[in-house]
Amino acid sequence: MSGANDPYDPKQVAALSPEALDAAVEQAREAFAKAADLDELAAVKPSHLGDRSPVLLARREIGALPPAAKAEAGKRVNEAQNAVKAAFEERRARLQAERDDRVLREETVDVTLPWDRVPRGARHPISTLAERIADVFVAMGYEVAEGPELETEWFNFDALNFGKDHPARTMQDTFYVGPADSGLVLRTHTSPVQARTLLDREPPVYVVCPGRTFRTDELDATHTPVFHQVEGLAVDKGLTMAHLKGTLDAFARAMFGEDSKTRLRPSFFPFTEPSAEVDVWFPEKKGGPGWVEWGGCGMVNPNVLRNCGVDPDVYSGFAFGMGLERTLQFRNGLPDMRDMVEGDVRFTQPFGTEA
Amino acid sequence: MRIPVTWLVENLEFAETPTPEQLAEAFVRIGIEVEDVHELDSVTGPLVAGRVVEIEELTEFKKPIRYCQVEVGPDQVNGIVCGASNFQEGDTVVVALPGAVLPGGFTISARKTYGRTSNGMICSAAELGLGDDHSGIMVLPSGTAQPGDDAIELLGLGDTVIEVAPTPDRGYAFSVRGLAREIACAFDVPYRDPGTAEVPEGEGEVLPVRIEDEGACSRFVARRVSGVDPTAPTPWWMRRRLMLAGIRSISLPVDVTNYVMLELGQPLHAFDARSVKGGLVVRRAVAGEKLTTLDEQVRALDPDDIVIADDSGVVSLAGVMGGASTEVSATSSDILLEAANWDPASIARTVRRHKLPSEAAKRFERTVDTALAPVALERAARLLDMFGDGSIKPGRTDVGGPTQPKPVSMPINLPDRVAGVNYARGVTARRLGQIGCQVEVTTGDDGATMVTAIPPTWRADLTQPADLVEEVLRLEGYDTIPSTLPPAPAGRGLTEQQRRRRTVSRALAESGFVEVKPFPFVAPAVFDALGLPEGDVRRNTVSVLNPLESDKHALATTLVPGLLETVQRNLARGQKDLAVYTIAQVTLPRTQQVPVPQVGVGERPSDAQVASLLAALPQQPVHVAAVLTGNREQAGWWGKGRQADWADAVQAARLVGQAYGVELTVVASDLAPWHPGRCAELRVGDWPVGHAGELHPKVVEALGLPKRTVAMELDLDALPLSDHRPAPVVSAYPPVLLDVAVVVPVEVPAGQVARVLRTGGGALLEDIRLFDVYTGDQVGEGKRSLAYSLRFRAPDRTLTVEEATAARDAAVAAAAERFGAVLRG
Repeated sequence: MSGANDPYDPKQVAALSPEALDAAVEQAREAFAKAADLDELAAVKPSHLGDRSPVLLARREIGALPPAAKAEAGKRVNEAQNAVKAAFEERRARLQAERDDRVLREETVDVTLPWDRVPRGARHPISTLAERIADVFVAMGYEVAEGPELETEWFNFDALNFGKDHPARTMQDTFYVGPADSGLVLRTHTSPVQARTLLDREPPVYVVCPGRTFRTDELDATHTPVFHQVEGLAVDKGLTMAHLKGTLDAFARAMFGEDSKTRLRPSFFPFTEPSAEVDVWFPEKKGGPGWVEWGGCGMVNPNVLRNCGVDPDVYSGFAFGMGLERTLQFRNGLPDMRDMVEGDVRFTQPFGTEA
Repeated sequence: MRIPVTWLVENLEFAETPTPEQLAEAFVRIGIEVEDVHELDSVTGPLVAGRVVEIEELTEFKKPIRYCQVEVGPDQVNGIVCGASNFQEGDTVVVALPGAVLPGGFTISARKTYGRTSNGMICSAAELGLGDDHSGIMVLPSGTAQPGDDAIELLGLGDTVIEVAPTPDRGYAFSVRGLAREIACAFDVPYRDPGTAEVPEGEGEVLPVRIEDEGACSRFVARRVSGVDPTAPTPWWMRRRLMLAGIRSISLPVDVTNYVMLELGQPLHAFDARSVKGGLVVRRAVAGEKLTTLDEQVRALDPDDIVIADDSGVVSLAGVMGGASTEVSATSSDILLEAANWDPASIARTVRRHKLPSEAAKRFERTVDTALAPVALERAARLLDMFGDGSIKPGRTDVGGPTQPKPVSMPINLPDRVAGVNYARGVTARRLGQIGCQVEVTTGDDGATMVTAIPPTWRADLTQPADLVEEVLRLEGYDTIPSTLPPAPAGRGLTEQQRRRRTVSRALAESGFVEVKPFPFVAPAVFDALGLPEGDVRRNTVSVLNPLESDKHALATTLVPGLLETVQRNLARGQKDLAVYTIAQVTLPRTQQVPVPQVGVGERPSDAQVASLLAALPQQPVHVAAVLTGNREQAGWWGKGRQADWADAVQAARLVGQAYGVELTVVASDLAPWHPGRCAELRVGDWPVGHAGELHPKVVEALGLPKRTVAMELDLDALPLSDHRPAPVVSAYPPVLLDVAVVVPVEVPAGQVARVLRTGGGALLEDIRLFDVYTGDQVGEGKRSLAYSLRFRAPDRTLTVEEATAARDAAVAAAAERFGAVLRG
């Protein structure tokens, strides 16, 4: 070691010579590069960055240098130390990335394994269809009306202008309940809700009523004694059959696409006059686009308005009704109506929660 | 009704007759439903009339076979083998000669059969495509044709039959007359109405007739034809039309009545005049009276049945079926023809009561033109006169008379206003005239133009302006009505209840339940299987009087039986792991059932009447129910499955409550059909709203269900529509988490312990959660340990452990006080 005040060149101090420092840096780089993983890297770190490492030892020599030489020597040591540190960090980052990759690779799973631990549930397509229809009409400003399934004959028939001996009242079509002549029936259509609504609120009335209905048909591929209808009723000033047609067309488009439309054929229902059958243009009909029988409709018979206390000289109205099972049957191409009523979960499951 | 096109257009003046398809389209367009258009299958090649010259009976075969010599042209006789035997030598028959092709592509050739050479075939009506009568070969009336005449033209084989189904309000359309008028309107062509022909005055009465019940019969007309040849055949053209209309030929008098009914729409009845004793009386039957009808059935008559009686008693069930005692037989030569107008409602009831639908009743039920009876009788009498060689007696009985429909007035633009169309001037008056109304157009004092229409006697259905409007609209065509949306009203959207019901359904589906829709019909025997005690309120059902399955006549008071049946069906089809639910009304009779009041129509019922109508209905709340069986969680590569148990049923009920916005309280209960130790009652506050749990093992056994099947049912309508409007304040300060295990007597419900701990923990206790339940030696007999995680947090500061511990101790103290709970060390 030289004396503090000796004016000599720091390069002459061996440890501080550029060659020595470069060699130390080079040794460090080699050592780091040889480290195969983070543990080995940690193991060689003290030899090159620790207190006893060549560069750190060289730094100690600076104190012995004359002031004029210290700056240059310090700068050289700093550069060397930074180079070693950079080499270390670079290597560590590299090894860390490799380790992370390896861990992730090792954690790989078969993402195609099924996870049907709790099987999916589903809503009945008739329910979702009823809601979809209700939503279409709610969007047109209608409200959803409801009524009981066991109904008085007055609401199911009398109020709707069915004569006392109308064929539809017979036991062939209607479920009657005891005791005999109880005056109660299982509603044969959702139309009694028309009368209920008109008795309940002042016009204007715009309501739609999806619901369960009953007729004494034996269950087969195209009939079921328990089925669902959706009923629409509008009573307001100045309503015309053109408004009925417009409403049905909008309904058809909402259900069957923009290309759909309806066609009216004159018909007869006690509660409407004029009355019509509704055919719908179904673009996806089996065997090519075509007309499908969809439901019935008409202008509310003035007798019905009178029975409900609505003045037919002031108000007019229209009403329409469709079978939901039938709608679902042709819309989805379902061959057998029994599937809709038997409750086989294999039928319902594919419909999920939105039909 | 089936109608041949050639008959339909007989009285129409077309410049060019439309095709059958055009006619069918026109029917549909104006509101006569077309069920089918039957084009008669074509016959080509030589089809001729032939005369049977000689019949040789071949007896060596298993069935009777005839070898016939048939003259099929001038000096041409063919030998033909035939299996039918309903003809004799001298009869005129239809022969398909070799080279002819019958419907179905059946080619006729000379061939050897039954040891003879058969040169052609003697045809039945069915073989020629003329209806379904296979009962024998077709024998033509003598004199109809000469051997060798072209039978294709003779039989009218080129015709088309249109099958229509008029709506029940249009009685007039059940006739060629009415349908032809419809076509005249549709094509705007002139029409000659055979139903308004002049009828000669009768000379006196043909027999005395008295109408006792005028409500039963508004008109009764009779005419008599004597000296009719009972063997006279029905002319071929009439038989052909009847055949194409689907009516079998029976005898000339019967065929004539059927023919006139089809042609004009007036059903007629033919009596054997000599069998009628004295005069006739029209009345209601007397209780105990009996009648043997034409079909040889003895029928006990109802005092509501309308009958025709002579001095001997009832001879006819009016408008429905004649009696056997006065039936026209094979020897009747003196025919009494009757035409009447019967009360439609009475006829309808009689048809239903005696299960006797008939072509005549079908028309009477839908009302028959009240001016038509004498015209139809005259037509029938003349046909009998002409083809039966009879003579029409000068007398005519005509009691009662036509009913003139009342005039209907309306603003002349009402059709325009209803349709939303501006029709051309004069359309309304023209269309009403076209359907037979007498039309008068007037200007009222207020300057409005009115139209008054007196409907024709065949249009009793036209009683109010709306009826006239429909006539104008349908004849102008519904397709001319534009499509316009009404101005949108301001709707309020779904009600709160409707929204929440949807949420409930979706929540159940999203958590793995499948919605099903069982019928509401249950067999009361199922209540025994469910173990419901005598007097259980669910046994009190409303009963269907005419159920489709006789045992299933009760309307469901609970949804569980329907769901269990659905589960059984699924199990039978191999599905073992099931979670199903349904949402539906149940029908609960009131303890004091009020009778339905008599409420009229024509005006709004009073509020009191409406209220009593509603009060007469049983309560019909909407329930939700679910059933689970098999695995709730599947076995799989992740490990074992988990069988559905009572807790899944209770959880389903809780889920419903949460979806509805109500926190349900669970308390232990004991109600059939549930397991007495595994039955939860769900409550809103103190109000029970349903049950959930495992089904009783006996119920499971009785219904053949898998062990441990579980179920829940809630009254959705009993759930309050609470104003669900939370305003949570979320503290950003850290929580203190503490666990606590308390030892309590085993019968203390965990739900109650949690509630007491929650209350005792005070405002700082943010959440409490049961994480372990332990019974065993460490806690001692009759005890169990319940371990809870407690999360404490302050809204405004960082909570210290000391504060949290103090709150926990308070919670435990509350449980100690209430249940004697001991903190487990």
